[in-house]
Amino acid sequence: MAENDPSQPQAPTLPTADLSVLPAGAQDPRLVSRRWLFFKAGLAINALVGIGLAIPIIRFLFASWRRDSSYESWISLGPIESFPAGQTRLAVFKNPFTRPLDGITDYVACYVRHVASNQFQVFAVNCAHLGCPVRWFPQSQLFMCPCHGGVYYADGSRASGPPERGLFTYDWKIVSGELEIFAGQMPTLSNSAKLVNISIGEGKSPCRG
Amino acid sequence: MPRITRSQRMYDWFERRLQIEGPIKDAALHQVPRETASWWYVFGSGAFTLFLFQVVTGILLAIIYVPSAGEAWNSLNVLNHQIPLGWYLRALHGWGSNFMVAIVFIHMTQVFLFGAYKFPRELTWIFGVFLLILTLGMAFTGQVLRFDQDAYWGLGIGISMVSRVPVIGGGLVHLLLGGPIMAGTTLARFFDLHVFVIPGLLFGFAGLHIWMVLKLGINEWPMPGRLVRRATYVEEYNRLAHEDGIPFIPGAFWKDLVFSAAMVAAVAVCAWIFGPSGPGGPPDPAIIQTNPKPDFPFLWIFSILAYLPPALETPVILVAPVLAILALFAVPLVAGEGEKSWRRRPVAVLAVAFIAVAWGEFTQLGTTTPWSPHMDAWSSDSIPVRYLRTATPLARQGANVFQEKQCRNCHSIGGLGGQRGPALDSVATRMTRDQLRFKVVTGGGNMPAFGKNLSAPEIEALVAFLSTLHPANEAPAYTPSRPYVTNSPP
Repeated sequence: MAENDPSQPQAPTLPTADLSVLPAGAQDPRLVSRRWLFFKAGLAINALVGIGLAIPIIRFLFASWRRDSSYESWISLGPIESFPAGQTRLAVFKNPFTRPLDGITDYVACYVRHVASNQFQVFAVNCAHLGCPVRWFPQSQLFMCPCHGGVYYADGSRASGPPERGLFTYDWKIVSGELEIFAGQMPTLSNSAKLVNISIGEGKSPCRG
Repeated sequence: MPRITRSQRMYDWFERRLQIEGPIKDAALHQVPRETASWWYVFGSGAFTLFLFQVVTGILLAIIYVPSAGEAWNSLNVLNHQIPLGWYLRALHGWGSNFMVAIVFIHMTQVFLFGAYKFPRELTWIFGVFLLILTLGMAFTGQVLRFDQDAYWGLGIGISMVSRVPVIGGGLVHLLLGGPIMAGTTLARFFDLHVFVIPGLLFGFAGLHIWMVLKLGINEWPMPGRLVRRATYVEEYNRLAHEDGIPFIPGAFWKDLVFSAAMVAAVAVCAWIFGPSGPGGPPDPAIIQTNPKPDFPFLWIFSILAYLPPALETPVILVAPVLAILALFAVPLVAGEGEKSWRRRPVAVLAVAFIAVAWGEFTQLGTTTPWSPHMDAWSSDSIPVRYLRTATPLARQGANVFQEKQCRNCHSIGGLGGQRGPALDSVATRMTRDQLRFKVVTGGGNMPAFGKNLSAPEIEALVAFLSTLHPANEAPAYTPSRPYVTNSPP
């Protein structure tokens, strides 16, 4: 190759440390010298800056890791007249916790069952098995899940299939003629299946919504 | 002295500064055992080629794609319908993904059967397991980026699985979603994973993986009886590579080149013929008329989740993947020495065969989902006329009840309808009228009880219809004592 061509200038080579000219002992890289001290100080400064920055970075990254209740609030599903007695209807509400970039995904669907005389049940559409949307069949009074075949009765209790429990329910109340539910996060087994203490006389749902 | 051409002078100018010729020559010309120049050894480079192909097509798609929950679906439709050949780029990326997952699995199987994970290549295998996990991570996050109904609810399934983690499940859900629900921040997170985090890790692990292949040498062709021993292996390998070896380029590499080109060509043809996947319906949480299903690499998981008994669900979802990955890591550490040839490793061959058959079966089931109700069967599948030709008015009314109460969603008749419950074409030969009535009213097994939802006349009509469902040459079931109890002998 051209490397041997005398007309070409020699390739520049990196200067390599000539350890033989150093005093004996200085060749041992473990020896504490001024340079090694500075090197370690440099590492330490970087570690400090890194830890200092890690705190805001981790807080940024984990910002959404919050208590369930901080996401939830009461939200109206509209006047109770829109849910005729004896029927189960799909209702759509805008999630109370949204961001401007959500698009259509900040809407949430739920099933409202008007049992009778202002007694309601509000179910999440998410199957208690793995979260697929269940479909209501008024003819047979069943909810059926398309994913793995979970089936629920009209009152939300489990009828058959893989789910171990009934549909997730939302707490509800009626405020000036409107049906309000306590909602705000995707119902999953981690947040909707916790046992809550039920005080006598306060017949709250055993499942948070 | 030969005349130095202008191009050679230019080459020298760069080489003097880059000094890269030596390492490249070393890598290209290193001796490899002669039999490794085999068509069985092309899958690793094929997988890496497809990865690079995915990077290039992914970058091109990102020119148009908008990773925002409000716009992603629209931008996919713009790609499909408005940008010239946008559909083709989507198809290339989608089919590239299918091929990459398949080739990675084939590569892994080949490496396993050829004993290539044994000493000193244990770490190469372990990094390969990381590459497998990352490839599947790309497939899953990519499915989320195709932000349609399937992606939305499919992600919901993933999130529901995560929610089963004890204690921190709820926090993990919030972390993955970037908030309380699947929305804008969720898609942005998965975009970040799919485009930056996982590809970055893939490059890192793939680089180390290939570095080790170059440094440790390509696994020699396994010969039955040629055992791997830590003390002697390296020496034996070097002798094999040098005494009966050929330079990697061109000796072995030309087959890699041909295979990679064939793979990319196959992707291009598949993409052209079959087109892109989706997007399906918009990711509108209010549209619940959907039938979500994962892409093919995950169909087997979808199937297993349908068949697991409830008590096993959470352990299998949370513990089984960890055990499976640990088992893969352990393979080279437990069996780092000894026989390499599949001809003398029956357990290894059986394990591969078992996993392949199970995977194939679960994937096939995942495409037909016999466990799911057919949501439209009750209103779209008609009762075969031959079943009604001689039916009494009551039985005909029963057929109406059968359709109207969605029995058909789970039970097929005449080959149409759901497969969740048994087909009912010959149910009358199995169950007497009383048993039918009891089953309809109380349900049981995997059947809901219909006692509350059917009136007494509806139940009578339905049972009358069901008891006509038997082959002409086979008598319906009956209770032998019944005629004597009711004083009306048959």
